[in-house]
Amino acid sequence: MDVGVFLVSAAIVLIGAVGVLTARNPVHAALFLVQTLFGVAVLFVLQDATFLAAVQVIVYAGAVVILFLFVIMLLGVDRAEDMGVEPIAGQRPLAAVIGASLMGLLLTLLLVATGGPTGTPGQTAPLGDGVDNTRRLGEALFTDYVFAMELTALLLTIAVVGAVVLVRTVKGDLQPLPVVAVATANEETEIDTQPGPESDAEGGVA
Amino acid sequence: MVVTTSWYLVLGAVLFSLGAVGLLTRRNPLVMFMCVELMLNAVNLTFVSLGAALGDLGGQLAVFFVLVVAAAEVVVGLAVVVAIMRRRQGATVDDLSVLGG
Repeated sequence: MDVGVFLVSAAIVLIGAVGVLTARNPVHAALFLVQTLFGVAVLFVLQDATFLAAVQVIVYAGAVVILFLFVIMLLGVDRAEDMGVEPIAGQRPLAAVIGASLMGLLLTLLLVATGGPTGTPGQTAPLGDGVDNTRRLGEALFTDYVFAMELTALLLTIAVVGAVVLVRTVKGDLQPLPVVAVATANEETEIDTQPGPESDAEGGVA
Repeated sequence: MVVTTSWYLVLGAVLFSLGAVGLLTRRNPLVMFMCVELMLNAVNLTFVSLGAALGDLGGQLAVFFVLVVAAAEVVVGLAVVVAIMRRRQGATVDDLSVLGG
């Protein structure tokens, strides 16, 4: 049964990924992305990462893609992109070559590494001893990884503030530069163009 | 037949490559962001499968932090896209080469 679930979700994931690549309309690409994210969530469940599967659906499919759709609708870019135009000559063949070599490299690596993962199982945070996955993650996050956890909280705060600052609209014309900056700029221009008065002033001071 | 870790790793590799190709070929900045999300998901899948193979929670913890960073990245990236699109309607990433001066 696991094999069936894996194959079906893998097909869903790959079809969604190809859809993101080929969809001409950004809205369709976002919906294909939702498909891929759901497939990945199913694969998480298949590996007993139930908390991450829930977060994947809630945060990724629920929040991130909705944010994408908001921006698409807000900007009105939901019209089909002309895929026939290729602004940089040979961009697509080159990208295909790069992608194929990347995939070849990764798959070769997997073929060579037949022994499986060589790491040693974790001592502090073991899996598979019957304890609830969510409880395990929560305990690890708020004990061993509490500093990283706080840093991500800080990161999210900075991201929110940054987003607000970036999309803030300035009312009226563009704001003039501060007086000090303008004075400095003018002074530098004078030095560049007319060195005479500047040197006189300096001489006076000396 | 049993689903082994290698199956997940192969799927992750293919997904990552597809995301990379999309990032290189698409010109709409929003779709390029979506391709970045594809690549992040491929790596997440790899993290979870290796974590499950080793019986270690570390893989899932890494995925948790990747999720948070990806959310922050999308927020800031989309804000930049909105700020640019306000000035130039329908700008593609190629138009932004003017930023190079």
